[in-house]
Amino acid sequence: MNKNGMRCFNSSSTYKITLIIVLFILGFIAMIASVCLGTMSFSVKESLHGIFVNDDSAARLIIWNVRLPRTLSGGLVGICLALSGCILQGVMRNHLASPSTIGVTSGASFVGYLTLVAFPGYYHLLPIGSITGGFFTTLGIYLLAYNKGVSPVKIILSGMAVSTVFSAFNDMIRSFFPEKLANATGFLVGSLNGVAWKNLIMILPYALIGILLCLFVPSKMNILMLGDEMANSLGVRTESFRLFLILVSSLLAGAAISVAGLINFVGLIVPHIARLLVGSDYKYLLPASIALGYMLIIICDLIGRIVLPVGEISVSVVLSFVGAPFFLCLLRNKEAK
Amino acid sequence: MYFGFKDISINYGKREIIKDVTIEFPKGKTTTIIGPNGSGKTSLLKVISRAVTPVRGEVVFNGKPLKQYKLKELAKKIAYLPQVHNSPSDIDVRTLVSYGRYPYKQFGRGLTRYDNDIIDNTIEITGLKNLQNRLVETLSGGERQRAWIAMTICQQPEVLVLDEPITYLDIGFQLEVMELIKKLGEEMQLTIIMVLHDINFASRYSHYLLSIKDKGVYSYGDPRKIITSGKLEDIFGIQSQIFEDEKNNCPFIIPEKKRSKWLTLGN
Repeated sequence: MNKNGMRCFNSSSTYKITLIIVLFILGFIAMIASVCLGTMSFSVKESLHGIFVNDDSAARLIIWNVRLPRTLSGGLVGICLALSGCILQGVMRNHLASPSTIGVTSGASFVGYLTLVAFPGYYHLLPIGSITGGFFTTLGIYLLAYNKGVSPVKIILSGMAVSTVFSAFNDMIRSFFPEKLANATGFLVGSLNGVAWKNLIMILPYALIGILLCLFVPSKMNILMLGDEMANSLGVRTESFRLFLILVSSLLAGAAISVAGLINFVGLIVPHIARLLVGSDYKYLLPASIALGYMLIIICDLIGRIVLPVGEISVSVVLSFVGAPFFLCLLRNKEAK
Repeated sequence: MYFGFKDISINYGKREIIKDVTIEFPKGKTTTIIGPNGSGKTSLLKVISRAVTPVRGEVVFNGKPLKQYKLKELAKKIAYLPQVHNSPSDIDVRTLVSYGRYPYKQFGRGLTRYDNDIIDNTIEITGLKNLQNRLVETLSGGERQRAWIAMTICQQPEVLVLDEPITYLDIGFQLEVMELIKKLGEEMQLTIIMVLHDINFASRYSHYLLSIKDKGVYSYGDPRKIITSGKLEDIFGIQSQIFEDEKNNCPFIIPEKKRSKWLTLGN
């Protein structure tokens, strides 16, 4: 019986690992598709030529200067938002938490706006501004909702309130200082249109640090999920660990926002989809979220680029149209089981 | 002092709950804390788990205040099971039990063969072998409590602290869980400190009882000394008959009448 039991246990973790690998492969395929397809489509061979051979062909210009940085940045933004949402849902012990629902994105973009207005020439300060904004907003919301444990309803409500205030400020800044914000298009619109290598390079260090820090998280996070008292007596310093997690998630969300602006929904639905697929063990949940966040943004951006004959739909709009029904279906199927 | 409280005082806001409690728990024995609702029993336990910070005093383990230990070192010595547990809905029993090995985990390493042996052994002695791949949420209350107790046992503690371990269980599971606690206590020579509301279970399964009343220790000692009708009237305001349970060699009580301002029971 024990042997049989062990085999069952192993096979379920084998299943999860296989699933995660499949997700990564799908993500890679999505990336290739995103580079090849568009208003002007290229074969895989032409695309590879465009990436690795620097001639002045049209293919090189489009693929190297436009599509590749856009795809990579989009993927990175997806990873950051998904991880950030995953971690926030754990910290707040609330499945409704995500960078957008608890007000982190609006706080981050507010400070981002301020940075742009105060230092118009220093575009590279934008991520630092967003990250700082995200951190203090998350911390503020956490403290507002904290009273011997965090009440889920309180978090969402205070998040919504804080979000509304910051959006109002953001609107004011947009109408008073339009000329100073001209530099940061993606940040304003919530789209990946016009994202170039410089944007990718700008957020890469922050995103990489954030992703690397996530490697230290999973097993401790599982323990935190048992409740503060239990985690404490298993040797986790819950308060400082939470602060660390808030910092990491703001770092990730802030980095993402400073390139792609307010892309809602990824941070909320990706952790859910991942949880439905691989369960709530963070050892599997975080890698699955990485793969899914990456894939989701790239696919939605691709759809936005090719669905209309002229012009494009921004990635956040596509996400809402594609992501929401998909998510609802998943939830319904889960209920039916 | 091996393990105990030294001059502990606890406030909730401005209200004083526990005042200057000093008590040493005998090593390798089971001590049960009894007392009326709201008397501060759980708060005392929560001082051990650091969920409640006392305004004065400290918990002492092996002659040193808990504060001087690293949290992870402590987690290898003292295990604590709160009354209400949270767990993710889709976690299986074996995974839950394995979390008890967390304090021993080396950074960046998974469970070692030794860890897995401990887990296997714990699952065996807590009778979870046939349940180890079941999801915790699909278990009955009694089985779930056994799984959580197994997790704390995986910590290989010297001291086990249990807050109302049988409160939500039916009488069959209550008996089962109490027998398990007794067995574990004897086999692993644990120092067990728990809170129970059921005086008869407390009497039968404890070496010592500690009763709390009016913010402090009312009485402490062998169950025979604590369970007398006079003392129970003082602590709980009840009149009761005390009998001798000859089979289990302990006193047991039948409550008769409650002193109450708004309700008269019995005749």
